[in-house]
Amino acid sequence: MLVLLGIAVVVAGFVLRINPLLVILAAALTTGVMAAVAPGASVETLARAALDTLAVFGKAFNDNRYLHVVWLVLPVIGLLERAGMQERARTLIASIRAATAGRVLMIYLLLRQVTAALGLTSLGGHPQMVRPLIAPMAEAAAESRFGAIPDRLRFRIRGYAAATDNVGLFFGEDIFIAIGSILLIVGFMEQAGMTVKPLDLAVWAIPTAIVAFAIHTARLVLFDRRLTREATAAAASSEAEAAR
Amino acid sequence: MITLDMVYLVVGLMFAAFAALSAVDQDNPRWLGNALFWGLLAVSLLFGSHMGDHGNGFLVVALVVIGGFRLLGVGKPHTTTPEERREGARRHGAWLFVPALVIPLVAVGGTLLQDHTGVGAALIADRQTTVIALGLGCVIALVGAMAWLRPPVLAPLQEGRRLMDSIGWAALLPQMLASLGAVFLFAKVGDVVGQVTAAAIPMDTRFLAVAAYCVGMALFTVIMGNAFAAFPVMTAAIGLPFVILKFGGDPAAVCAIGMLAGFCGTLMTPMAANFNVVPANLLELPDRNAPLNGVIRAQIPTAVPLLAANVLLMYFLAF
Repeated sequence: MLVLLGIAVVVAGFVLRINPLLVILAAALTTGVMAAVAPGASVETLARAALDTLAVFGKAFNDNRYLHVVWLVLPVIGLLERAGMQERARTLIASIRAATAGRVLMIYLLLRQVTAALGLTSLGGHPQMVRPLIAPMAEAAAESRFGAIPDRLRFRIRGYAAATDNVGLFFGEDIFIAIGSILLIVGFMEQAGMTVKPLDLAVWAIPTAIVAFAIHTARLVLFDRRLTREATAAAASSEAEAAR
Repeated sequence: MITLDMVYLVVGLMFAAFAALSAVDQDNPRWLGNALFWGLLAVSLLFGSHMGDHGNGFLVVALVVIGGFRLLGVGKPHTTTPEERREGARRHGAWLFVPALVIPLVAVGGTLLQDHTGVGAALIADRQTTVIALGLGCVIALVGAMAWLRPPVLAPLQEGRRLMDSIGWAALLPQMLASLGAVFLFAKVGDVVGQVTAAAIPMDTRFLAVAAYCVGMALFTVIMGNAFAAFPVMTAAIGLPFVILKFGGDPAAVCAIGMLAGFCGTLMTPMAANFNVVPANLLELPDRNAPLNGVIRAQIPTAVPLLAANVLLMYFLAF
């Protein structure tokens, strides 16, 4: 039971917002030392257990070095960014013509999911795409339909814009075979003595990706309806206000 | 034949170059931290197999100290201006996406060739094929992009370092968590958690085991804000002993869908600051400091049915 203290260290560390690297190493050492705690165990035994745990950790760390092969993409992506790839993506997004806020976000969801599945996770994102482009485009679509919209609805549109980026990213990127989560699975399973192939993991991410797209798209359709209802109601009440 | 060690050599040299360029970067006050961190990572990639388990353990301690105590800065190598980038985007057009798309194409194509053809099997080693093919794809894309764009010779390393510095210590996170998973397995943590969970939830049907694993992944991710961190714990506790070993689930399907169940948790937690709190700030939402801000509230109705869908998908597809 004492080995569970390692998990407690992980949870406490993350909740207290301590740097995860420190938390993980502390949790590993705690686990290893607690596994050696027994009646009559001397300090020396426990110190040796800590060193042994460090060796287990070091061996696994070395076995999992292939996780860093992913970073070889950075010089390529950096070069393309240098030449204007993100600006080009922005032009592409800005050329979307869609009549409603929900439809702007639907098209973005599709693009975000497909590009993330191809490993181009850096094309979207909140600072690069949502704040400067997607949220303003969705707001503008609503304004051109309903005229001025109340702040309450404006903020809701922005929340949906950010949510759409996250959903597209999370449930697209796992189809790319070299994303961190896929390689973490491969590494963990190898430690457990089982071989899983990155390509198989990527294929098994596809059903969830399709369901995620369907669910979020359905919500965007409903969101459009609610916007119409609430914006019309807000306009009616402000007209009544003006008439009074 | 291209082996994993050759790819490690290339990646190791890249990190060595990042370290050297960080060491002479006068615009980064923490240049020493960056030079040491990327330098040690280069040592690990180039010489890790000759350092012994204890040696690697102490290497990890050094990396964790540098990364964990905020000794890393962010270098700002010279890059193009926004105007130059807009001009580049106009001049090159959609061709700019092509080198980036070459990478997944070679990675998947190389894997399939290795599996199914003699030429591929002669070209690429059969261990960690996808990772090797990915490395190959990056090198091909880089050579192509260099020949096409003709940037300064150091540009790919400087641009790579710019992006690497912005990732910073988080670059070690997946590797550290996989290693923590190894320690958990070594200390039989999964067995203990499994026994505790089994005492609370009778894991005697396939459906209950699948549901406990998926919902557990999501809940643990909500607490920790990170599905990566939840994965080794929940998989050692429920995924591996119950869903895979006891009920015979397909390991690839169980793990892939389990991870995605964790991502449903990421959508619902303020602990995942990068995804849920940063955008609320960027978009100036009035409730940005609330535990359930506008972004999270917009995500929960997608996350909950998607989690249920993941339970069903695993139940029907993994067996």
